[in-house]
Amino acid sequence: MTTLDMSTTPLREVNVTLQEAAKSQSNSAFEITNPRGSHAVAVGLDGPLSVTIKGSTGYYCAGMNKSATIRVEGSTGPGVAENMMSGEVVIEGDASQYAGATGHGGLLNIKGNASSRCGISMKGIDIVVHGNIGHMSAFMAQKGNLVVLGDAGDALGDSLYEARLFVRGSVKSLGADCIEKEMRPEHLEILKDLLAKAGANAKPEEFKRYGSARKLYNFNIDHADEY
Amino acid sequence: MCGIVGLFLKKDDLRPKLGDMLTDMLITMTDRGPDSAGIAIYGDEAAGSTKITVQSDTPDIAFAGLEAALNEALGTTASVKTVDTHAVIVLPVEKQDAAVSFLEGKGLRIMGVGSSMEIYKEVGLPKDVAARFGLRDMGGSHGIGHTRMATESAVTTMGAHPFSTADDQCLVHNGSLSNHNQMRRKLAKKGVFTKSENDTEVGAAYISSRIAEGASLGQALEGTIDDLDGFFTFVTGTKNGFGVVRDPIACKPAVMAETEDYVAFASEYRAFADLPGIEAAKVWEPEPATVYFWER
Repeated sequence: MTTLDMSTTPLREVNVTLQEAAKSQSNSAFEITNPRGSHAVAVGLDGPLSVTIKGSTGYYCAGMNKSATIRVEGSTGPGVAENMMSGEVVIEGDASQYAGATGHGGLLNIKGNASSRCGISMKGIDIVVHGNIGHMSAFMAQKGNLVVLGDAGDALGDSLYEARLFVRGSVKSLGADCIEKEMRPEHLEILKDLLAKAGANAKPEEFKRYGSARKLYNFNIDHADEY
Repeated sequence: MCGIVGLFLKKDDLRPKLGDMLTDMLITMTDRGPDSAGIAIYGDEAAGSTKITVQSDTPDIAFAGLEAALNEALGTTASVKTVDTHAVIVLPVEKQDAAVSFLEGKGLRIMGVGSSMEIYKEVGLPKDVAARFGLRDMGGSHGIGHTRMATESAVTTMGAHPFSTADDQCLVHNGSLSNHNQMRRKLAKKGVFTKSENDTEVGAAYISSRIAEGASLGQALEGTIDDLDGFFTFVTGTKNGFGVVRDPIACKPAVMAETEDYVAFASEYRAFADLPGIEAAKVWEPEPATVYFWER
């Protein structure tokens, strides 16, 4: 275990150290102390590595992650785990807006709440939120799974493509072209697996599934007069 | 971009440290707004007297002999304390309106008026602005501050935040209002006028006019959600407290922290890093289109 103290080590040096360790495929463990809400902590890690951040971070924590496991023992600012390719990011506290945006793969596990635009334009990432999510979550989401143990805000899944949304609590409103769908056995299997991976205390049967009505996929000639 | 900070003390023992804590928070938000900085601080009030904060680009000339001239013109016992480009004038409350006219007649810019509020704002880096005014040494019950990255009007003292449009009321803003010209005209028809081209001043004037019409602070802030268009995270200060509201889209960041000793607001968590007991504080993101306020 190597400790990097951000009260004495500049951010760039912290990230270079982590990125080099990731590149060397060393699978080593790092602990980052005193993050004090800094931006862009532990970004661009391109290999197996275990990083624990002891405190809250600012914008764009754990961005562009590939293979690394990053645990934040605090809350994160906007854009956590943006464009993640693989690996796992765990937030012990809350995540601010657009958590997991454009993520292609891996697991983003948020133990608290996520605010607006969680999973916006997600492209294959799995996101599990143990608390609530804010408005416009999964906007234009293309692929992957968003699992919410709490409630969802306004306009969930607006202009959704093929991502699957599972919500246990209430949904304030659904966005354009997002509908509730039948929960089939294969969905319960996916949910069971994700809940187990995220250490979430919930049963797959308690959730409802939402997805795309696929009405926005093609232009409807009957609407031509509206333009 | 812009950065906002706010601190409301629940206990009196931290009062002497208010300026020090707010200054650290303000300086941390420099990257969000290096153009200008400002602070409104609610300090001690003397019974029956009012404070007028004024600004001049030529303080050496403007403030020389001001106290004597004011006392002679109004037949009162005003005191003038010069703080860099600003001066705080304390005088009996019944002389307030006459004094404001007199001071404006002298070409001084009125930053704010109130029984406890003082406003200091200038162009420059937040650390320099804080040092010029000695913000660290100021005490009080609550205060709000702003670091500006200008979008809607020029980088000038009058374009800096906070904006005060009524006694002891002020507003700081992160975002940009898109219907401020229309709202400015609507307010003007009601006899409410703004002094600058700035969008935030219109937001402040809207809130003040609603309160003047009988709305509570909470109702006035609720009104911003329906009547103001654009992006905003607002923090407003009043004599007894402060309030927070974000527009329904809520793309401008906001985070709050509360302990037994204080309630704090900032654009980013970074600004909280040095607050006492922050590790154990309740930290959360204020919900969109939801009004929060704390009063004593």
